[in-house]
Amino acid sequence: MSKTIITVVGKDAVGIIAKVCTYLADNRVNVEDISQTIVQDYFNMMMIVDTSRSSKPYADMVTELDELGDGIGVKIRCQREDIFTKMHRI
Amino acid sequence: MITILEVNETNKMIEQEKLDVRTITLGISLLDCCDPDLDTLNRNIYDKITRLAKDLVSTGREIELDYGIPIVNKRISVTPIALVGGRACRSPEDFVEVAQTLDRAARDTGVNFLGGYSAIVSKGMTPADETLIRSIPAALASTERVCSSVNVGSTKTGINMDAVKLMGEVVRETAEATKEHNSLGCAKLVVLCNAPDDNPFMAGAFHGVSEADAVINVGVSGPGVIKHALEGIRGENFEVLCETVKRTAFKVTRAGQLVAQEASERLGIPFGIVDLSLAPTPSVGDSVAGILEEMGLESAGAPGTTAALALLNDQVKKGGIMASSFVGGLSGAFIPVSEDQGMIDAVNRGALTLEKLEAMTCVCSVGLDMIAIPGDTPASTISGIIADEAAIGMINQKTTAVRLIPVIGKDVGDTVEFGGLLGHAPVQQVNRFGCADFINRGGRIPAPIHSFKN
Repeated sequence: MSKTIITVVGKDAVGIIAKVCTYLADNRVNVEDISQTIVQDYFNMMMIVDTSRSSKPYADMVTELDELGDGIGVKIRCQREDIFTKMHRI
Repeated sequence: MITILEVNETNKMIEQEKLDVRTITLGISLLDCCDPDLDTLNRNIYDKITRLAKDLVSTGREIELDYGIPIVNKRISVTPIALVGGRACRSPEDFVEVAQTLDRAARDTGVNFLGGYSAIVSKGMTPADETLIRSIPAALASTERVCSSVNVGSTKTGINMDAVKLMGEVVRETAEATKEHNSLGCAKLVVLCNAPDDNPFMAGAFHGVSEADAVINVGVSGPGVIKHALEGIRGENFEVLCETVKRTAFKVTRAGQLVAQEASERLGIPFGIVDLSLAPTPSVGDSVAGILEEMGLESAGAPGTTAALALLNDQVKKGGIMASSFVGGLSGAFIPVSEDQGMIDAVNRGALTLEKLEAMTCVCSVGLDMIAIPGDTPASTISGIIADEAAIGMINQKTTAVRLIPVIGKDVGDTVEFGGLLGHAPVQQVNRFGCADFINRGGRIPAPIHSFKN
């Protein structure tokens, strides 16, 4: 199964990474890589995760992460990696 | 490994530049549904479509969620109904019943359009072809989701002028039959020359006889993405311009190829083609005219428009071909007026006439598309416009099409609202000089010579 990319974009606040990681840990999603920048108080994070050991249906995870983001005031997207590799790699 | 910059670029295309996959179209052969009994034929058609397409819409939604890219339309195309209904349908009313069956199947599978209420008459019409064509006005007036197309010519056969004459009348009758809804029926009726068998876009989609039993075709989009890319290279020379369009088209098409392969795998139906199209929508920032203006034109329709469109069309193909394993359909830039806010604006400011649009169709992917004309335009004039477009397609070995809407009760200066993706359009001036004696001659225009190309 391909990897999943989670992106978090929005105004910086305390505990964004903690909340996202707690959700992922609770659902047995393994984080393989994190890169993150803050530009002018704007938080921008990308995580590469492996969902193969999670029992959560993918569509549910997409929806729940979106709702989690709404609660923190950031936009969280969860997308399979292929959309990015197909577009940016030959 | 993929980087945060690349991820952000893709998501910006989706969120801000309106990148989407315009359509997943499931092509279904109905040849095995043929039966001499009309009821049995209708039952066979309904059963086959609903069986093969039952998971089409839900699978499309799953793919949207997995990749975070919108798939705007899920649609169905079927074998030209003139072929399927030929044995059972003895009158136009019989064919209308088949249209209503198709409409029911489309509604029950959840797709927004079903194409293939069609006849391929590029050289001659069988009695079934002619009966189907004569049934089109009633069929489109009594259905919601059925799209109809008639192929009246090809480079190999020439132009069937009897069919061209008949289609002028049918377009008018369809406008009359649907005049309560701004003659909307005509937005679902297209007259083609060199129609492809694997086109996923409406209204001209049908599942040609050269195709397998069922096939997945995907149409991509992305005018907003191309326009945004060009905003970053203002003032650069044509080499840079072309290279930028090509690279961007590659990325857009890769998204379409991925969706096509996923849909094919999940539905267990072979992948056919990706249609490399720049398909605009009426929403702001999703306009092909916007790209032409970004290239340096004051307005779409200004001198230079045909050249700008030609290079756009060619670079989209060059980038897209590399991105997809199979390319087909119409492939290129669409220039529908009502579905492109930039085109609407160009018409309203007097920069874009029907004649300039005709010139543009020599180098774009299709033809005169979604153009509202005065409701009192004679059938012979509509036939004349169809003949002109078919001639451009025949001579230049390309697909051309005409989707004109003579809006009953409206005249130049009025605006017509079609709703949704079909948009709205100003009623455009049509040349008032007649061509009835030309159209009434009857017969065929022979196939063109394939050498001495000047």
